[in-house]
Amino acid sequence: MNVQLRDYVRLPVRLIVLAFATVVIQEAAVSQISIFGTSADLTPLVVMAVGLLAGSIPGAIMGFGIGLLVDMVLFQTLGISSLLYIVIGYWSGRLRELRDPSHGLVPMAVGAGATAFAGVGMAVIQFLLGVDAPVSVLLLQQIFITVLVNTLLALPVYAAVRRVVEPALPQDPLRRRRRAYSTGGLSPLQRPSSRRGVAPGSSTR
Amino acid sequence: MHSKQVRRRRAVVAALVAVSLILLTAYFGESPNSPLHTVQRGIVEVFSPIEEGASKALAPVRNVAGWFSDTFKAKSQVDQLRNQVHRLQALLAQAQTAEIENRQLSNELRLVDSAGIDTYKPVAAQVILRDPNLWYETVEVDKGSDDGVRIGNPVTGDGALVGEVTVVDPTVSVVTLITDHTMAVAARVQDSSGDTGVLVPAVGKPNQLVLQYLPTSAPVQSGQLVDTVGFRSGSLQDLFPPGIPIGQVSSVGNDLANNGEVQVTPAADLHHLDVVQILTAPHAGTERAQLP
Repeated sequence: MNVQLRDYVRLPVRLIVLAFATVVIQEAAVSQISIFGTSADLTPLVVMAVGLLAGSIPGAIMGFGIGLLVDMVLFQTLGISSLLYIVIGYWSGRLRELRDPSHGLVPMAVGAGATAFAGVGMAVIQFLLGVDAPVSVLLLQQIFITVLVNTLLALPVYAAVRRVVEPALPQDPLRRRRRAYSTGGLSPLQRPSSRRGVAPGSSTR
Repeated sequence: MHSKQVRRRRAVVAALVAVSLILLTAYFGESPNSPLHTVQRGIVEVFSPIEEGASKALAPVRNVAGWFSDTFKAKSQVDQLRNQVHRLQALLAQAQTAEIENRQLSNELRLVDSAGIDTYKPVAAQVILRDPNLWYETVEVDKGSDDGVRIGNPVTGDGALVGEVTVVDPTVSVVTLITDHTMAVAARVQDSSGDTGVLVPAVGKPNQLVLQYLPTSAPVQSGQLVDTVGFRSGSLQDLFPPGIPIGQVSSVGNDLANNGEVQVTPAADLHHLDVVQILTAPHAGTERAQLP
């Protein structure tokens, strides 16, 4: 296969495999493990991680795909999860494109936000659709516990997604330059003398 | 160049949102036999072997997590369960006496004994998927129309009624649990007068049920068992056979006197179902007295 074509399809293929694996693991195992009466939800975390790593368009497309798959597999109303996860993927990607946050705990904060948005968004859409479902403190409590659990899981999920996605990402000059600044090696703010020692031909006084 | 990128990004997001909204609107207004539902069933059919395999492969992970969860829970339940055992032993003694009496009376009336669950041709099925959120109380099982399962078949698990089959494919089915907002079951309290009502999910309490339309003077007490009525009135027949346990009365309070309602806790642990029984012949062998 042409090398350029292979590079071009590598990311979509990895994202498709990741989406299928996430939905299967979520529905076959994670959703059946009860933690304080609720369970973790890996799907918004994976969408958030893809957005943070690959940008807004891959994030939004991944959100749409995972959401559709979840709705299909669980026999839910099609389009609800997709709609919510598009927003999660897109805004995680925009955060990366606009701010490029480098702090190690960013996935935790964004994961908590993404899970809260998914929980509250699902409730709002269901009410708008007129579903006669429980409206209570218990619903808020369940959303809150899911957010807490997902916040704890956000870092490992982000690390796992990074292992899958990062090798297929094109080199990002902005990120490489920032990494160089943070190590102090190539920052233009530093004087050549302090970076390389004494410049040839300059005075030593 | 930059504006082109921005335009492309916005176009992609707008397209995805539009597709989602179209799907949502189309699906919501469709009947269960429409194209989108058919496609959804097809995808579930394709997915089911993968889900089944993954469910079996990941069972040890679930079991380990379940062990920790159960250990924490068990300690707090010991006293409560001891009290329950004492109460149930007393009830069992009463029930055994009543059973003997019932058998004698049934023989006299030549009614067929419909209490045995084997009469209803149960099919054992494994739960391969469950929906974790509050909005859809459903589970997916690995038996379908090839095994004789039909829409509306009652489903038992953990020794009690858990729900009803609502979607059937050749190899998989979707079971809607009794705690789903779409469910209602005709139920009877095993009090001194056998009062009947309609059991529906409690609003705001996803693991709780409410037995409605009881006589306000019914002698209902906490701890009394609730089971299915299995009524028959002319051509109208209950989906559920009679005598299947559902749960027990957990709270009576003023709601009984004011609204004819009592709180019922399901007997089955609906969040930890692994194997269920689908009653494929729910009306077999039932010859019951007809309601007026």
